[in-house]
Amino acid sequence: MTTTITIPTTPLATTTYVSRSHSVAARELAGEMMIMSATDSTLFSLNETATLIWNAADGKTSLREIVENKICPEFDIDPETAYRDAESLVSNLASLGILQLSSEPALSKNESQ
Amino acid sequence: MSLITDLNRKALERGVPLSIHLDVTYRCNERCEHCYLEHDGDGEMSTAEIKSTLDQLAAAGVFFLTISGGEPLIRPDIFEIIEYARSLRFNVKLKTNAILIREREARRLRELNVEQVQISVYSHRAQVHDGISKVPGSLARTIRGIRLLKAHGLKVTIANVLMKGNLDDAEGVRQLAKEIGAHYTLDPTITPMMNGDSSLLALRITSDSLRTVFTDSTLVGNVEEFCAPPTAIDEDTLEGYPCSAGHTAAYVSPWGDVYPCVQFPLTCGNVLEQNFSDIWKNSSQFNEVRAIRGKHLTTCNSCSHLGSCTRCPGLAWMEGNMRGPSTADCEKSFIRTNIPTANMLQRGYTDAQAFAVSHDTLPQPQLRGATRTLVQIQPAR
Repeated sequence: MTTTITIPTTPLATTTYVSRSHSVAARELAGEMMIMSATDSTLFSLNETATLIWNAADGKTSLREIVENKICPEFDIDPETAYRDAESLVSNLASLGILQLSSEPALSKNESQ
Repeated sequence: MSLITDLNRKALERGVPLSIHLDVTYRCNERCEHCYLEHDGDGEMSTAEIKSTLDQLAAAGVFFLTISGGEPLIRPDIFEIIEYARSLRFNVKLKTNAILIREREARRLRELNVEQVQISVYSHRAQVHDGISKVPGSLARTIRGIRLLKAHGLKVTIANVLMKGNLDDAEGVRQLAKEIGAHYTLDPTITPMMNGDSSLLALRITSDSLRTVFTDSTLVGNVEEFCAPPTAIDEDTLEGYPCSAGHTAAYVSPWGDVYPCVQFPLTCGNVLEQNFSDIWKNSSQFNEVRAIRGKHLTTCNSCSHLGSCTRCPGLAWMEGNMRGPSTADCEKSFIRTNIPTANMLQRGYTDAQAFAVSHDTLPQPQLRGATRTLVQIQPAR
């Protein structure tokens, strides 16, 4: 089964930390991150922006820092617009089990199996 | 275009080895009568060597990793290996006989997010299954393992290798899979041993039996479609690749030898001596395999079945020519459609029935090699 990522959901908490879900498989191919869920074998393809967020989602860096340091320098976009778009995106990815969201930074290695 | 098709296309265009089959051991706790492996012999990589291999595979872009054997769970470090593979974010599929899977193992495989487990079941009757595996009680232990895996939420595929000894039990295994909630695949392919011993071919089901399988809608779905005559050969078919072996897929043996496929044991290098990416990109063997297009296939390039045949380049290589026909697949194409292949006609099989009489008349493998899966049938669900 395959699917595509769609539409924004609800706004996030003021400070959000994102980490990669340990339940998925992932590999970058031609600038896009391929993600497969082990639970239902759904295959996702993240676009360039989502791939940047995925790669930076270490659980310790806030989404705002990711947007400011990774997204804005890469694309000519103002930080607030970029942040709103990123909020929508990570909410969506979290609902699909690809990312995990937290209002607190991870204290230790967050990708253990 | 579906994402998986797009993924394969991108990998092909960029020369990325998307899928790897890694056998971590040839040792096994069963002695299945149709097995193509010798269970002793050329050694195994250490835990550290396998981890290093996995690092190399991840760096090369491998996404789908099948861990198999032998029986992989016979290695005491198997969970360390799988855990390491998952930490590198491979999509991991495990092939096992499930004999060693108990509560702890099933739970651990689920925790590690193994995507799928494939398990061979030869019959729903212990007498038949255990007779093939040569291990009394193996069916009961295998089914116990499958149920535990299912209880922990893992996806299980029951692979039913079909041979003369279990020919009547395919429906029983299919019903068993349905009852357990496992996927079911049927594979009527028996191949020579790696040491070239072709005596196993005597276990193959007869052509008449294969015809019965190919016309069973519960196994093949739409029979008319499955058995449809081949379409005309077009330019795309002539310029196309025979299969993914060496293009987006490869095999790594327990001692690090790299082949295009487990079914195509042409040694292209060894990961203990040379980086995998270097082997993948630069070995003369891989480059030779990759250079082959449909139009380069001797005999097959003039065969009406070229676009729809399951021709295995590994089996063709074992018959002596990687550009030549794979006779077992010629037979399958003929049995599906009742239309003789170019190989059959060239060999003088102008009468269709004459081809179907005996495997003894077919060429025997001349080179060291092994195969397992040529035609896997996914029944209609």
